[in-house]
Amino acid sequence: MADRPTVGVVEAVATKALEELDAVGDAEALERWRVSYLGRRGELTAILRGIGTLPPEARRQVGAAANAAKARVDEAMAARKREFSREVTPALLAEDSIDVTLPGRPVPTGRLHPTTQTVREICRIFASMGFDAVEGPEVEWDRYNFEMLNIPKHHPARDMFNTFWVDYPDRNGEQSVLLRTHTSPMQARIMEDTRPPVRVVVPGKCYRYEATDATHEWQLTQVEGLAVDDGITFADLKGTLYEFARQIFGEERRVRFRCDYFPFVEPGVDVAIDCFSCGGAGCRTCGRTGWIEIMGAGMVHPNVLKGVGYDPAVYTGFAFGMGVERIAMLKHGIEDIRHFYANDLRFLKQF
Amino acid sequence: MKAPLSWITQYVPVDLPPQEVAHRLTMAGNEVDDITVTGDWDRERVVVGRVLEVKRHPNADRLTIPTVELGDGKTAAVVCGAPNVAAGQKVAFAHEGARLFSARSGRVEALRPANIRGVVSSGMVCSEIELGLGDDHGGILVLDDDAPVGTPLADYLGDAVLDMNVTPNRPDCLSIMGIAREVAALTGREAVEPDSSYLESEVPIEDVVDIEVVDTDLCRRYTASLVTGVSIGPSPKWLQDALIKADQRPINNVVDVTNYVMLEYGQPLHAFDFDKVKDAKIVVRRARAGERLLTLDGEDRALVPPMLTIADSSDAIGLAGVIGGAETQMTEATTAVLLESANFDAVNTRRTGAALRLSTGASYRFERGLRAELAPLALRRATKLILEVAGGQAAKGIVDVYPGEEEPPAITLTRERIRKVLGIDPDVSETAGALKSLGFAVVEPVGGAVAVKVPYWRTDVAIEDDLVEELARIRGYDSIPTTAITTAIPHHSPQPMLDMKDRMRDVLAAAGMCEMISYSLTSPGELDGAAALGNGPEPLMIANPMSGEQSCLRTSLRAGVLSCLASNLRVSRNEGVRTFEIGRVYIPRGKSAEYGLPEEREMLVGVMAGPREPVSWGTRSGDMDFYDAKGVLESALAQIRLEAAFEKDTDPSLHPGRTARVSSGSVALGVVGEVHPSVLERFGIEDAAVALFEIDVESLLESSQEAGGYSPPNRYPQSSRDLALTLPASVPSAAVQALLERHKLIARSIPFDVYSGAELPPGKKSISYRVVFQSEKGTLTAEQINNAQRDLLRRLRQELGAELRGADS
Repeated sequence: MADRPTVGVVEAVATKALEELDAVGDAEALERWRVSYLGRRGELTAILRGIGTLPPEARRQVGAAANAAKARVDEAMAARKREFSREVTPALLAEDSIDVTLPGRPVPTGRLHPTTQTVREICRIFASMGFDAVEGPEVEWDRYNFEMLNIPKHHPARDMFNTFWVDYPDRNGEQSVLLRTHTSPMQARIMEDTRPPVRVVVPGKCYRYEATDATHEWQLTQVEGLAVDDGITFADLKGTLYEFARQIFGEERRVRFRCDYFPFVEPGVDVAIDCFSCGGAGCRTCGRTGWIEIMGAGMVHPNVLKGVGYDPAVYTGFAFGMGVERIAMLKHGIEDIRHFYANDLRFLKQF
Repeated sequence: MKAPLSWITQYVPVDLPPQEVAHRLTMAGNEVDDITVTGDWDRERVVVGRVLEVKRHPNADRLTIPTVELGDGKTAAVVCGAPNVAAGQKVAFAHEGARLFSARSGRVEALRPANIRGVVSSGMVCSEIELGLGDDHGGILVLDDDAPVGTPLADYLGDAVLDMNVTPNRPDCLSIMGIAREVAALTGREAVEPDSSYLESEVPIEDVVDIEVVDTDLCRRYTASLVTGVSIGPSPKWLQDALIKADQRPINNVVDVTNYVMLEYGQPLHAFDFDKVKDAKIVVRRARAGERLLTLDGEDRALVPPMLTIADSSDAIGLAGVIGGAETQMTEATTAVLLESANFDAVNTRRTGAALRLSTGASYRFERGLRAELAPLALRRATKLILEVAGGQAAKGIVDVYPGEEEPPAITLTRERIRKVLGIDPDVSETAGALKSLGFAVVEPVGGAVAVKVPYWRTDVAIEDDLVEELARIRGYDSIPTTAITTAIPHHSPQPMLDMKDRMRDVLAAAGMCEMISYSLTSPGELDGAAALGNGPEPLMIANPMSGEQSCLRTSLRAGVLSCLASNLRVSRNEGVRTFEIGRVYIPRGKSAEYGLPEEREMLVGVMAGPREPVSWGTRSGDMDFYDAKGVLESALAQIRLEAAFEKDTDPSLHPGRTARVSSGSVALGVVGEVHPSVLERFGIEDAAVALFEIDVESLLESSQEAGGYSPPNRYPQSSRDLALTLPASVPSAAVQALLERHKLIARSIPFDVYSGAELPPGKKSISYRVVFQSEKGTLTAEQINNAQRDLLRRLRQELGAELRGADS
């Protein structure tokens, strides 16, 4: 095909191709025909390829003719192909068989961090009970982290929350900025900003000035919850958290509510589930008690309500807070909390 | 707080097993962490006996044969190797079959009869070691004379120590009395207070002692008694045993009494050697600047106001509520004891302790707040016990400085409040009964309300809801029903940032990336390693970091993500690593907190390195690079309907030739690039290109489009032409595409081949584009396309210096 194509050549080749196409009798012959005209070394392909070498004027004319011819031939071929398509023989297909046991072409699989997955599951359960998720600052004022939660300066309950202080003194030269020790400051922030009814969960990072071991990390994730309105009771607290515990840990779990102390609630509650390792008999997992604590909770303290301008005579509510890593550890049987921040993909890819 | 059950039963009868007592306490808010049972001996086989006589062993000099009376007329003669056995002693006797600790085997074994040098011995007089009480095997354990012969030893000596986790609101439960009162309320019994009566001498204490409280704001009440003629020495066994079980080391009889009564009542006391108190005068005052005190622990401490001191006429002799002074402590020479039982301010005590880094049994209790009523009760009890164990005479009366005497708080609990808070409606008599059982004085159980006075030991009950909790915990939380919230669900308030972060997490995970979460605290060195320091804001420092590695708040996620990448690359060389983090960086708004809290900016950083695909038969070979990161980013942004522009740029942590700024319209989104080789070196990453993108999540919120407009699919056919262009190397492909796609007949253009080989003239590169022609008005004719193509080639030549490849050859 060294010859320079002309419009005449184009037409001639196209006519020949269409005639031969009419004579094709089966799919195999069609394929042979396709290769001879439209394959990489096909006649028509060669013409199309040669157009670029023509002088501009000829290129335009021949190009137009070649494109039009190719369109005609393509269309005719497609029509014949449809005729033969139902005639594919089992023998033909057998020839095309492949080794289906070879692995598929790899597609990388990403994962969400187990903490993220657990936060989502917690938030989803509470969303089904009308709780909206909101977030708040991790670097916080003493005022929100402690004072508005009924923990004034020098209160012994501050010992419960070992605190990282930020070297960011205020006007009086005092350190009043800290890394929040819990998500509870959002209780005060949310209530300051909204009127009841309030029903929220607050996922987020918290920080404790504590040595790290298998069950303690200085950085942790919590989900806080708060429901306040005229007519919310301790019985509602029990019902809500009971429902949560059984949704996340399974219908067969027993849930224990016992009295506990947190300065920003009254009455205060410790929520535990029966140990799934020993079924309540007492083992290492549950510290021989048969019960595993999963969160702290309680009725919002009237002082907290007063502090945000809610009338505690009218409004009552409950709050709760749980450690997300702890929940994830219990769900997946993870023995060491330090895995959560080691970011070893061999760990992360299991979730 | 360690609470031996044997001590608790001095104030309240307990007929439940220790586990049940622990369970009830725990459920009611006084968590028992652990129970240590001592003396869990076989009740049938280990009993109290009395040695009637001791004979010599016929065949061994060092052995004896004591005969032991075991009650009910029974006796037993056994072989004994202890040097201290003697007639008349009360001892612990073990019958054959008793399970005891064997020092020889190191195990607990059943006691078997033995023939010891020709004498058959079936039983044993026990030492501490066999009973598991200690490691003293120098001789047999000699019991007190009052030990009842024949009773199981477990009843006489056995005990269960409750290890209580006392919450900060219950200083009363830092005392055995307090715990006994809880046990009483939870078991339907009544607790009785110990005897505090003693004989006084004729000398009124006021004639001998002068006490002045200067700073009454820090010392609400100060009581004192005086005992003269004491002799200091070791305490009797019962006192030492009680202290040891409660984890307190015995010191001497007077000090032991002060500790014992502190554990008994929860009220700290202090004993001064009265002869060392100058001018027999006690002054309770703030420390003076420059004042020093040698404290009991041997430390010479500098005192500063407003620390409260107990001083004599000239010097501080104790730190109020925290620790005593060495000068006036009990010594063998002490004969006169001035006993202090006072009420010191909680906050000031806490601050003093914190300033001196000193926490004592006394300061721990005072800082939790004690009621002033407690001081004289504990004082009298301790005075009585000092007279008992150290002898002497008590002066007549006590000193009691109590200027601001207060009535006990009175609170009314209404039925309505119980209903509102708990969702239950118990009748008034039940409520009154529950509160009475806890020692509340029920003043007026009439109508729908119960009015009470708070007992002197409770400091945590101040408002009506505190009584609600008392009722709930005594009834048991189990008795409260579980209900679903019935109030209205509040209006939903959208949380676009939370949603955006979740969407990005999902699309990145779907694109094959693993989410990681790193620490928010890092070090300036680490930030510097990622070239994030010096090029960004100064990080906020932590005032009390746990380590240098976690000394500041991160201002960039890059360091954390890169070190995660580095550690994962080390363990997975055959597989690529793709990881991302969405988290906050903390950017101070100014030099001090006056500017407000720092900005917490949500950032997204993704990194990838290593083989694009794991080894596979169908693999596309090659390591990941810039275009892999860009591809993931483009795909993620497309998910939120955001079309981003990429322009060449520089970034301190990134390769200067392989970095692009990412923006959308006028909004800067972030950056994508390959990490600078020198940064990789800092993170110990070798032989790998690392592609990274960093996006400010807030900017995505500003520029992403919600699904809005819609245009129907174009029903006219597309035609494609391939254009192989040769163009100056400096012209970015995006400029070619922009030019092409500006044309109204062009739907899109796709660069499908890039070539920059030697066959090209210097300074040139070649890119082939598939150009897709389409019109919304009709099917394009070949002529229309040809015309458009000619027009485009002209513009490409004029504007960008691009030529059709081979066109001019």
